[in-house]
Amino acid sequence: MLRYWPILAVVAALLPFASSSQFLVNLAMLTAFSALLGQGWNIACGFGGLTSFGHAVFFGIGAYAVAIMQTRFGINPWLGLPAAAILGAAAGAVLGAAAFRAGLRGSYFALVTLAFAEVFRILANSLDITKGGLGILIPLHPSLPNFQFADRRGAYALVLVLLAVAMGIAAWLRRSRFGARLVAVRENEDAAAALGIPLVRTKTQALALSGAVTATAGVLYAQMFLYVDPNIAFGAERSVEMLLVAMIGGAGTVWGPVLGAIVLHLIQDTARMLIDTPGFAPMLYGAILLAIIAFLPNGIAGLRLPRRRSAREEVRRA
Amino acid sequence: MLEVRTLSKRFGGLRAVKDVSLDVPAGSITALIGPNGAGKTTTFAMIAGFIMPDSGSVRFAGTDVTRWRPDRIAALGMVRTFQITQPFAGLSVAENIRVGAFLRHHDVAEAEARARDVGTRLGLGPMLDRPAAALTVAGRKRLEVARALATEPRLLLLDEVMAGLNPSEVNEIVALIRQVRDGGVTILLIEHIMQAVAALAETAHVLAEGALIASGTPRQIAADPAVVEAYLGHGAAERMARHG
Ligand SMILES: Nc1ncnc2c1ncn2[C@@H]1O[C@H](COP(=O)(O)OP(=O)(O)O)[C@@H](O)[C@H]1O
Ligand SMILES: [Mg+2]
Repeated sequence: MLRYWPILAVVAALLPFASSSQFLVNLAMLTAFSALLGQGWNIACGFGGLTSFGHAVFFGIGAYAVAIMQTRFGINPWLGLPAAAILGAAAGAVLGAAAFRAGLRGSYFALVTLAFAEVFRILANSLDITKGGLGILIPLHPSLPNFQFADRRGAYALVLVLLAVAMGIAAWLRRSRFGARLVAVRENEDAAAALGIPLVRTKTQALALSGAVTATAGVLYAQMFLYVDPNIAFGAERSVEMLLVAMIGGAGTVWGPVLGAIVLHLIQDTARMLIDTPGFAPMLYGAILLAIIAFLPNGIAGLRLPRRRSAREEVRRA
Repeated sequence: MLEVRTLSKRFGGLRAVKDVSLDVPAGSITALIGPNGAGKTTTFAMIAGFIMPDSGSVRFAGTDVTRWRPDRIAALGMVRTFQITQPFAGLSVAENIRVGAFLRHHDVAEAEARARDVGTRLGLGPMLDRPAAALTVAGRKRLEVARALATEPRLLLLDEVMAGLNPSEVNEIVALIRQVRDGGVTILLIEHIMQAVAALAETAHVLAEGALIASGTPRQIAADPAVVEAYLGHGAAERMARHG
C-alpha cells in the first residue's frame, strides 16, 4: 500500500481542479510549490551531496529577473521564464566554479552559499534596478498571455507542470550516466576521481542545473504574488525551507520532496493553529531539522529503502 | 609504459619520498615493496595525481602527466586502487563497479552489463546486488580491483590488495592479478609482504624510509642484505648469516 502513495499523491493533486474551493486550491498550490523548491535543491544537494544553505539566491534571481524584465523593459514574462532559468544556471555555474575550484566542501561550502545569498539580498536592498528595500510591484493584468491567472487553478496547473519537469530531471538523474557519476561524487570524492570523474565539472554542472530549476520557482512566485522584495527573494528562511522539504522526504530521491512538502505543510499549518508567535517558523524549522538529522538521516523515503539504511548501519558498525 | 623520475615529497619536516625513480615496462607485473611507512602509498598518490610532488616527473604511455588531475590520468588509462578501501558505501556492489564502467561506456545498459561481467569475473557475482558496505575485507579489496578494471585501464596501480586476507584469499587474488595481466593490463603493485610479491612480480623495487634501496627480481631482492635490514632492523642480516 505504502509503495503506491505516489499514485494517491497524483490523484490528490488533481482533486482541486474538480472543486471550486479557493482554500483547497491554495493549499495544494503552496504544497506543490514547496515540492518544486525542494526538488530544485535536491538536484544538486540530494544527488550531489552539495550542502547549500543559500539556495534562495537562485530563487531570488529568478523572481527579480522576471519582475525587472517586464516592469523595466516590457519583456513578456513567458520569455522571462527561460531567461530566468538561464540566469539561474549561470549563477550556479559561477558559484560552483569558484567554490569547487577552491576545494570548498561540506560546511565550508554551506557557509559560502549562505554568504552568496546574503550578498544578493544586500545588493537587492541597495540597488536602483531592484528598487531597493521597497521591492518591485508587478502591475495586475490577469490574462494567460501575460502569465497572470484570474483563476488560482491556472497558476496551480503551471506549478504542477514545472514540478513534473523537475521530477523528470530527478528521475533522469537516477537513470543516467551523469546522475550515477554525481552520486558517486557524493558518496566518495577520492574514489570518484580515481575512476575518472572530473569533480569540479560534475559538481558545477549539477549546481547549474539546480540553479535553473530553482530560478523557475522564483518566476512562478513573482507571477503568483506580483511582488518581490529582498527578504522574500533572498532571505535565509527560503533556503532553509528548500533543504527541509528535501531532507524530510528523502534527499536524492524523485518523490522525496513531494512527501517532504506535504509533511512540512501539515506540521506548519497545525503548528500555526496552535501557536501564533512571530519568529516561530524559524524555530520550528530548526527543531525539525535537528529531529531529521538525529532520527531520519535518509528522510521518510529512507524508511522504505531498507537496502540503503542497512548499508549506512553496516558502515557504522564496521 | 610508466617512467617515474626523481619523485620527492615532504610532509612538514618528514621527507616521505626521496628521489624515487622507477620504470614499469608494458605488459609486466612490477612490485613496489617496503616496510610500513616507507612512502609506498605516497609514491602511488603522486603517480596517480592525488598528491602534488615537490619535484620529479611522471611519464605515462609517452605523455608527461606530472601534476595532472587524477580524473585526467584515469581517462588516459592509469587507475589506482586504495589501500584503505573507498567504496561508495550507499550503493550496491554492481552500482559501484558501474561507476568505473561509465568512464568508457556512455550507454547505461552497456555500462551495467560491463560492470556485472567484471564483477562476476572477480568473484563478486553473488554480491552484485548487495550493498557495498556489506562486503567482507576480502570482498572490499576485490571491489576496489573490479571498479578500477571496469575503467578498462592500460596500467593498474594496486595498493596492498592482499593485506588483511587469509592465505587462500591471497592465492585467489594472486591468480586474479595474473589473469588481469594476461588480459593485457600492465600492473604496478604495492605489497608489504614479500612472499606474495615473489609469486607474482618479474621486477621488484624496495622502498625504505622514502628512498629506493634495491631493485631486481624478487629472488635477488630477498637475498639483498640491505633489504633484510630494512625489514628486520639494523644488524639483522649479520645475525641471520651467523645463525645460518
Ligand atoms: N598526508 C600526510 N601528511 C603527513 N604525513 C603523511 C601523509 N601521508 C603519509 N604521511 C607519512 O609519510 C610516511 C609514508 O607514508 P605512506 O606513503 O603511507 O607509507 P606506506 O604506504 O609505505 O606504508 C609515513 O611516515 C606517513 O606517516
Ligand atoms: Mg601504504
